[in-house]
Amino acid sequence: MKINPRVSEKIAKGLIWSAALSVLAVLVGIIIFILAKGLPIINWSFLTEIPRNMGRSGGVASPIVGTLFVAAVAVVLAVPFGIGTAFYLAEYTRENAVTRIIRFSAESLAGIPSIVYGLFGFIFFVIYLDLGWSVLSGGLTLAFMILPTVIRTSEEAIRAVPDTYREVSFSLGGTKWQTIRKAVFPSAIQGITNGVILGLGRCVAETAAVILTAGTALRMPASIFSPTRTMAIHFFILAREGISMDNAYGTAALLIILIFFINVVANALVNRFVAKGR
Amino acid sequence: MDDTAREPRRDVKLKTQSVNLHYGDFHALGDITFDIPSCAITAIIGPSGCGKSTLLRIFNRMNDLIPGCRVEGGVFLNGSDIYDKDADVVALRQKVGMVFQKPNIFPMSVYDNLIIGPRHHGVKSKQALAEIAERSLTLVALWDEVKDSLHKPGLGLAVGQQQRLCIARALAVEPEVILFDESCSALDPESTMKIEELMLDLAQKYTIIIVTHNMEQAARISDMAAFMMIDGQKVGRLHEYSPTSDMFISPKDKLTEDYITGRFG
Repeated sequence: MKINPRVSEKIAKGLIWSAALSVLAVLVGIIIFILAKGLPIINWSFLTEIPRNMGRSGGVASPIVGTLFVAAVAVVLAVPFGIGTAFYLAEYTRENAVTRIIRFSAESLAGIPSIVYGLFGFIFFVIYLDLGWSVLSGGLTLAFMILPTVIRTSEEAIRAVPDTYREVSFSLGGTKWQTIRKAVFPSAIQGITNGVILGLGRCVAETAAVILTAGTALRMPASIFSPTRTMAIHFFILAREGISMDNAYGTAALLIILIFFINVVANALVNRFVAKGR
Repeated sequence: MDDTAREPRRDVKLKTQSVNLHYGDFHALGDITFDIPSCAITAIIGPSGCGKSTLLRIFNRMNDLIPGCRVEGGVFLNGSDIYDKDADVVALRQKVGMVFQKPNIFPMSVYDNLIIGPRHHGVKSKQALAEIAERSLTLVALWDEVKDSLHKPGLGLAVGQQQRLCIARALAVEPEVILFDESCSALDPESTMKIEELMLDLAQKYTIIIVTHNMEQAARISDMAAFMMIDGQKVGRLHEYSPTSDMFISPKDKLTEDYITGRFG
């Protein structure tokens, strides 16, 4: 039996639309569920007080600070090395053994489950380098974890810059570095930032890699050598040990808002930077 | 006909001596020797794929950017070999500017596009940069059209204006030679005419080399014409090089004649 093309068109369209809509529904459903459960918990004291009684009462001020602190250390460490490696791969070499090894390593690193990073960080940073459970150990571990993401997205963004930009800059007597800084970087910045945001998001949301390296301390971290607890770990512990489901939802809702906020701010910054050039 | 009697004697600006160029195993240019006069327009013509752009890009060493590209022989600017081991490529490209086929404006303001070159070369003072911008735009007769929108996006200009902006951008680094790589092929006839007039103007002071597919254009504006052809081995060779009027009135042989009269290519 032959299906009328007009009918098959309708069926295909229906199936594709329903696939997209169900995915959207699931995503929105999860977010609404968590926000509905969590938002009523959030108030001023929840944001500003440190957890008391293992998190049964009090707020989540120290996990918020811990999360931002660990993520900031990771991003500060991973971004220069990641972007530097990406420029090396995209601009300074042709395909050879070295670039293949770097790419292979980066891709392998990207595929490793985060708990393995956690174990590595625990053995290497926490024990061997004797950094203990600390913001620094957690940040270093996360830096390794997001490095492949930063390298890959940055390299793609750099390669996407049209060659004519490089040609013009060289033809005007620009050096390689001037060409990269003035002609390539401004066009690649958007893609690079997207990679960094992706990495930052993974840091903020990560549990397995940080629970073994940053610790689970509830007090406010005083320096990068203090142990801390990130928001993700906090609600993981609250939920798993049955301490307080309400506060777990509250923290989770806050984490979603934080990630949303990071995306909005980062995009606004990039747009401002790009707009300045246009 | 005696060329020297009719043509004013000009200094040699650029000179190639037995230049051979290879892309890896591919022999792209074979044994090219010719002199390019100062303050004149030299047109490189020939069918597609004969190596015109490759030849043009020898003069500012843009071929260096292509992996596996080798240049043998001598290329001299003002008498010094630009492919010498100690030659400074950055300084060369400051002296030999280039305008490309398509107007390749950066997604920045008109002003920022103009000052890229001077900034590369260390000009920092705002006043100096503003003067350079005005001078270059005036040279390409674009100043009156864009002086009120210097800080608006360069990509907002019409295509013909964009190409003139590209020429201004090349002029901003005060070159001695300007290479035009089919720079009118993306333009409408009116914009093309403006650019041709501009080239004639600039040729008073600058040495200009153009690659063009447009025979009328070569005939209209060039002083010298270099006709390139590929030989049996697909190697690009300089088939005839003579004053444009001579080539178009009395071509050396049938091949040149057939090409310039549009019988092939």
